[in-house]
Amino acid sequence: MYKIVEKQQLSDIITKLVIEAPLIAKKRKAGNFVIIRVDENGERIPITIADSDPQKGTVTIIVQAVGKTTKLLCSLNKGDYVLDFVGPLGEPTPIHNYGTVVCIGGGVGTAEVYPIAKALKEAGNNVIGIVGARTKNLIILEDEMRAICNELYITTDDGSYGRKGFVSDQLQDLINSGIKIDAVYAIGPIPMMKVCANVTRPYKIKTYVSLNPIMVDGTGMCGGCRVTVGGKMKFACVDGPEFDAHEVDFDELIMRNRTYVDLEKISDELYEKHVCKLEGVK
Amino acid sequence: MTNPLKPSERMKIPRQHSIEQTAEDRIKNFFEVSFGLNEELALIEAKRCLECKNPVCIEGCPVRIDIPGFIKLILEKDYVGAVNKIREANYLPAICGRVCPQEDQCEIVCLLGKKHEPVAIGKLERFVADYEMANNLFETPVITNHIDKKVAVVGSGPAGLTCAAELAKMGYKVTIFEALHSTGGVLRYGIPEFRLPKKILDIEVDRIKKLGVEIYTNFVVGRTATLDELLDEWGFDAVFLGTGAGTPNFMGIPGENLSGVYSANEFLTRVNFMRAYAFPETDTPIKIGKQIAVIGGGNTAMDAVRTAKRLGAEKAYLIYRRSRTEMPARVEEVMHAEEEGIEFLMLTNPIRIIGDDFNWVKAIECQKMELGEPDESGRRKPVPVQGSEFILEVQTVIEAIGQKPNPIIQATTPGLDVSKKGTVVVDDVQRTSRPNVFAGGDLTRGGATVILAMRDGKIAAEEIHKYLQSVEAKKESATVNK
Ligand SMILES: Cc1cc2nc3c(=O)[nH]c(=O)nc-3n(C[C@H](O)[C@H](O)[C@H](O)COP(=O)(O)OP(=O)(O)OC[C@H]3O[C@@H](n4cnc5c(N)ncnc54)[C@H](O)[C@@H]3O)c2cc1C
Ligand SMILES: Cc1cc2nc3c(=O)[nH]c(=O)nc-3n(C[C@H](O)[C@H](O)[C@H](O)COP(=O)(O)OP(=O)(O)OC[C@H]3O[C@@H](n4cnc5c(N)ncnc54)[C@H](O)[C@@H]3O)c2cc1C
Ligand code: SF4
Ligand code: SF4
Ligand code: FES
Repeated sequence: MYKIVEKQQLSDIITKLVIEAPLIAKKRKAGNFVIIRVDENGERIPITIADSDPQKGTVTIIVQAVGKTTKLLCSLNKGDYVLDFVGPLGEPTPIHNYGTVVCIGGGVGTAEVYPIAKALKEAGNNVIGIVGARTKNLIILEDEMRAICNELYITTDDGSYGRKGFVSDQLQDLINSGIKIDAVYAIGPIPMMKVCANVTRPYKIKTYVSLNPIMVDGTGMCGGCRVTVGGKMKFACVDGPEFDAHEVDFDELIMRNRTYVDLEKISDELYEKHVCKLEGVK
Repeated sequence: MTNPLKPSERMKIPRQHSIEQTAEDRIKNFFEVSFGLNEELALIEAKRCLECKNPVCIEGCPVRIDIPGFIKLILEKDYVGAVNKIREANYLPAICGRVCPQEDQCEIVCLLGKKHEPVAIGKLERFVADYEMANNLFETPVITNHIDKKVAVVGSGPAGLTCAAELAKMGYKVTIFEALHSTGGVLRYGIPEFRLPKKILDIEVDRIKKLGVEIYTNFVVGRTATLDELLDEWGFDAVFLGTGAGTPNFMGIPGENLSGVYSANEFLTRVNFMRAYAFPETDTPIKIGKQIAVIGGGNTAMDAVRTAKRLGAEKAYLIYRRSRTEMPARVEEVMHAEEEGIEFLMLTNPIRIIGDDFNWVKAIECQKMELGEPDESGRRKPVPVQGSEFILEVQTVIEAIGQKPNPIIQATTPGLDVSKKGTVVVDDVQRTSRPNVFAGGDLTRGGATVILAMRDGKIAAEEIHKYLQSVEAKKESATVNK
């Protein structure tokens, strides 16, 4: 059992949880994730480690409530426990001094790019951040990103905050402005990562994305997380989750992630009904 | 009591058969197919043993159970004595009695089998183990000797569990590290409930805990801590690696990444380990078509296809590129599968999986094969028959074509010799290239059996004991010489 020692609501649907897991806190590196199972009947889901405090023995995760498991996780409070919490999984991000790196976070992807941006900054890079979301109140970690980025740009699809448009538009502007970009990290919804890859491809700028296929064990045992990279089959949980964006078959990943949409909906509806009932009781 | 029957009389008794659920019933549930022998049947079966002077059956058992010895105790109705006799050599009798390929091990060499059917050794083993469990007669061995040394066992499959139990009985402090949230390895996530009820595994694991073995789940060695950290920082004196061969192979044919294509591991893990059969009461989903195909001919394939049938597949095909006789699966399982209405497509090889507009599997294209010259394994090699391609309508494809070791530990442990196939290299007593690191089971064999994994775990335990004693002896002589 792993205790939640802190909880903070970052937006309506995004929650930060700080969880006691001293071994993971000590070992984790930027780019690692954990697999969580909330309770006995629960699913195993992967969540990136956004931050950690090895002294306190805590790990920070930032979760967007999209379905049954993430909603349940976000409904937990300080003092509650999750049943299983295993990691740090995945290959950590290789951190080099590239020169200038653009770190792009779309939606909850900002939580995943933040630790990488931080590590790249500490390695001496000039880090340019782009944080985007559909609308203003979905922008997360703005202050944290601002604190570590040399420059930070905000975009919203509806123009309610920062530049109106997509993070990829901002990336294109940066490229057009003529500054030399040595690498790009883009993490967010798959279509966003795909567009970012397309933006940098003609300029041959090294671009990395973190893939989020459906996982079960997270240790290389099921093959459910397989993705096609450079025409080869890779297991995202052990070979990734980061890959060269120009080599990734994004369309296949989008399709594969739809495998259970109908069942996920059933699960979600049952959960919502259950929550309503509970609230009725209150 | 000794057997009152003359050998000629014993030979006249036919081999006794387990009581089983009918095929019609069992494809609608996940309960165990076989209920085993009851006391009456077990007593008849036990009478068949010839009590050979030279019991070759023992040689056939990888852990050398005193087979005539325990059978004799059954005749005396001392069932607890019998199971304890087995336990001297094998700490997991209820499991082995169920899943051990006895027909290829102890029973194939049984003398009675030369002219008649062999003694049902496995079923007798299961009978006494079940008897003990049902009547709550197990007593935890009292450990009198305590050795102040710590051993880490990585992986809680049959190799790890056995090694841990043996070392704990010798008096060592043993800790098991398991990557998943629960113990048992393939016994839990692979072998289905209808062949090995999880309750039995739970009881066996609990008995190992009662020996004082500590178990950490959710601990991936190589990630949560490396093997060297276990030795240097956690203070373990030796390590046993029993991490199995859990990484699935894929065929490499077009269409493998369509939705509806699973590795048998993923399919069985979702159903057995995550209990997807109870969705939406449980949260992990599984999708199964009306028509499904499983590719492969081993135990894994058989388990996957029978599981799919139980989840409601109307047509369940088993596609195997060689012929029936070459299938590595246990005979009993093949027979059970056949009774359950599984359709066997032998000498058939899939060449392409075809998807619909939503990227879901809609069919599989196969090719007929014929047997050619024998290959390195001595089996006749299947070769494609030109122009024999045909298309089979299916919505789910499950590949069960073998597994290889998970590379995490090998990649994070300097100085550990690994073969080209990814297996950890060991000598004949399970020693690796690192002096205090031992290994066994599927990790070193690359996909074998429960009993061989147990054998390795047991030999490794003895070797770890020898090693730690010699280290101690060297230390002592060093202080004496000072
Ligand atoms: C390496 C990795 C890191 C991730 N990091 C974060 C993070 O830091 N914060 C965050 O909010 N989300 C993260 N995710 C996504 C998160 O795992 C999914 O949102 C979550 O599993 C959805 O589960 P659900 O039951 O709430 O929703 P569901 O309704 O079950 O699913 C919603 C969608 O999430 C995806 N999904 C479903 N089950 C799984 C699963 N077992 N594994 C992976 N994806 C699944 C599918 O695309 C699905 O359509 C990460 C995913 C991966 C692979
Ligand atoms: C579906 C199926 C059916 C089978 N049926 C039979 C049968 O009927 N009879 C038979 O004799 N054999 C059968 N087998 C084969 C048999 O199950 C295996 O040979 C046996 O389980 C191997 O045991 P093991 O202890 O070496 O490894 P495993 O049982 O694979 O256990 C390894 C354990 O190590 C854990 N692990 C892996 N990496 C790490 C790590 N880095 N850190 C911590 N833990 C880790 C794994 O999670 C796992 O729990 C079957 C196999 C399958 C897949
Ligand atoms: S463990 Fe297996 S091989 Fe040994 S006696 Fe039992 S069934 Fe036979
Ligand atoms: S070989 Fe067969 S008959 Fe002889 S002792 Fe062993 S089990 Fe009995
Ligand atoms: S999640 Fe199972 S292999 Fe990656």
